[in-house]
Amino acid sequence: MAIHPYSTVPQRAWHYSYLIFCAIVFFFLVAPLVAVIPLSFTSGAFLIFTPEMLAFDPEGYSLRWYRLLIGDCSDAVVTTVCSDKWVRGAKNSFFIAICATVLATTLGTLAAQAISKPYMPFGKVIMAMMISPLIVPLIITAPAISLWYSELNLTQTYTGLVFAHTVLGIPFVVITVTSTLVGFDQSLMRAAAGLGGGPVYNFFKVQMPLILPGMISGGLFAFITSFDEVVVVLFIGGLEQHTLPKQMWSGIRQEISPTILSAATILVLLSIVLLTTVELLRRRSDRIRGVTGR
Amino acid sequence: MAEESGPILTANGIPLKVSLERSMRQNKLKAVGLVSVPFVFLVLMFVIPIIMLLVRSADDRLVNDVFPRTFEAFKSWDQVDLPDEEMFKAVVLDFQESKPSERGRASSRMNYAKSGWRSLVRKTGKKVKDVTEGPYKEALIKIDKRWANVETWKSLAIMESDWTYEYYLNSIDLKQNSDLEIVQQPENRRVYNMFWWRTFLVSIQVTLFCLILAYPVAHLLATLPLKHSNLLMICVLMPFWTSLLVRIVAWMIMLQQEGVVNSTLVWAGMLSDENRLAMMYNYNGVLIVMTQILLPFMILPLYSVMKTIPPSYMRAAQNLGATPSLAFIRVYMPQTLPGIGAGCILVFIVAIGYFITPELVGGKDGQLIGNQINYHMRNSLNWGLACAMGSILLIGILALYWVYDKIVGIDNMKMG
Repeated sequence: MAIHPYSTVPQRAWHYSYLIFCAIVFFFLVAPLVAVIPLSFTSGAFLIFTPEMLAFDPEGYSLRWYRLLIGDCSDAVVTTVCSDKWVRGAKNSFFIAICATVLATTLGTLAAQAISKPYMPFGKVIMAMMISPLIVPLIITAPAISLWYSELNLTQTYTGLVFAHTVLGIPFVVITVTSTLVGFDQSLMRAAAGLGGGPVYNFFKVQMPLILPGMISGGLFAFITSFDEVVVVLFIGGLEQHTLPKQMWSGIRQEISPTILSAATILVLLSIVLLTTVELLRRRSDRIRGVTGR
Repeated sequence: MAEESGPILTANGIPLKVSLERSMRQNKLKAVGLVSVPFVFLVLMFVIPIIMLLVRSADDRLVNDVFPRTFEAFKSWDQVDLPDEEMFKAVVLDFQESKPSERGRASSRMNYAKSGWRSLVRKTGKKVKDVTEGPYKEALIKIDKRWANVETWKSLAIMESDWTYEYYLNSIDLKQNSDLEIVQQPENRRVYNMFWWRTFLVSIQVTLFCLILAYPVAHLLATLPLKHSNLLMICVLMPFWTSLLVRIVAWMIMLQQEGVVNSTLVWAGMLSDENRLAMMYNYNGVLIVMTQILLPFMILPLYSVMKTIPPSYMRAAQNLGATPSLAFIRVYMPQTLPGIGAGCILVFIVAIGYFITPELVGGKDGQLIGNQINYHMRNSLNWGLACAMGSILLIGILALYWVYDKIVGIDNMKMG
């Protein structure tokens, strides 16, 4: 809908209002996230832009909430809560997310390998089942899991949380790896087998390097899902399994302070890094497979 | 010569057909072997829990396990007069042979059928030890007069079977009376229909808002040259990749009383300081935040459909004499319908199961059915009811996904 030199005035007006509308929507999408970043450097104790901040007075800015975040209580006032909960939560989250990602990537890749074979019996049904954790809302999955895991004595354990997050991550890996395998030339595997390689050796030496972008981006999805997941943690996590999202959850509900914004800022930056990684991987994968022109 | 008319043989003399079948079978077995580990894992860790949830929503064995004799005697009772000595004796024996904790759990369930059971069971449980011999009827009535009320006994009928659909009735504000007729809950206990209705309303509204906001944006993304649209695409994908809780915190800053939006409006003189808008912790807050969170789910399917529509169609329509608006309505929009359908269903499905957002920004009048499931699962411990609500929600969502699958195919689900 490019504007032509011979467009009438109403057409121009329409075109510009369309562009303005789009700009507002983009603003609506991004503005809240952007607002978090400067506010996390406030020197005040509330989640508002102080007059000093708006005047760009250096007095208005400080790193005090970041110090609280890493458990440095040197300049904590009596009224502010200072603890190592954020650090502990971050450690737990990384631990659980990494374990879940490794498991989900392994299991998901195995499943995708089989599903993408044309002769796989009940392939469609199994595919639907593998994706189902993505479809069922967490508010149904989490109670269901808590009922069953308590019978297996898996509630309030790291194992239980890792398993639950693995389940939530598998669909992403299955989806990305199957779509990468569509472009994979199966004759390469036959050639490798003909040259005498065993199936496991061939997988690691021939196939995996080629489908690695798909595996990694699936794994990243799984990682971010686990890292951001709070509902299952609320339902089956104990005091020990205090994760970062759970800390944010209780922060939002009980003692909301700018500490939460500094945590949020770090997470926004992390998401930008992950997004860039996935985008680069996707391009690389397209290039390897010879898909050009986006 | 006989070889040529017979089946083609492989090098080791086996007919090619047999050999091929064998190798196909081996391939199949290998594929099944590959998938078996993730399959078993998923069944154990996900499918069984979901089945358990479904079973739990209709399971009513708890009461029968604690009071087996009572329900045995109940079968021979005429349900008109007060039961005879035999049944009273069964009750006393069941009481004496069950643990208080078991009775406690059973009585909570009995309380859903008829309120008053919990206190009756607790009171009786304390004193029943002293009843060592008959007549049991007088002894029980002496402990609590409610044992002399036929209605108390009749309400056992609701719990008699091992399976119940009472939780389903409860979750849509119905119940069974002692004559096993389905009736409405008393006025002051009719709450859940309102939650179902609100969940539906929020999902529909969020879907509509998303469609209105996403359509022009997707169109812009699809028509702009790649260089610019890539940058804008990141604006769409970034919120998608950011933690849900972070986005909620971000919205709190924007929407609270002293928040960015209110302060800007006051500063611009469009709002007086006393009349700051309440946009958080209410229904509106849920609408705004959910719309922003779900917007990428609408933009992406619309974008991928619009990308495939050649711009020459619009030009051709206009060359043939259509005004731009007519060309848009008659030529462009019909081609985007699959995208609209996919986006709307996707947003609706995701919205209908939302729990975190309404819990954190919903306040009192923004709570949805997901919050009720959470409440009954973790606070009131009425697991049967929570499971029944979850099952209803699950069946609704699966039905919608079936429609989605018909329109776009689940395999085509795109993620960024």
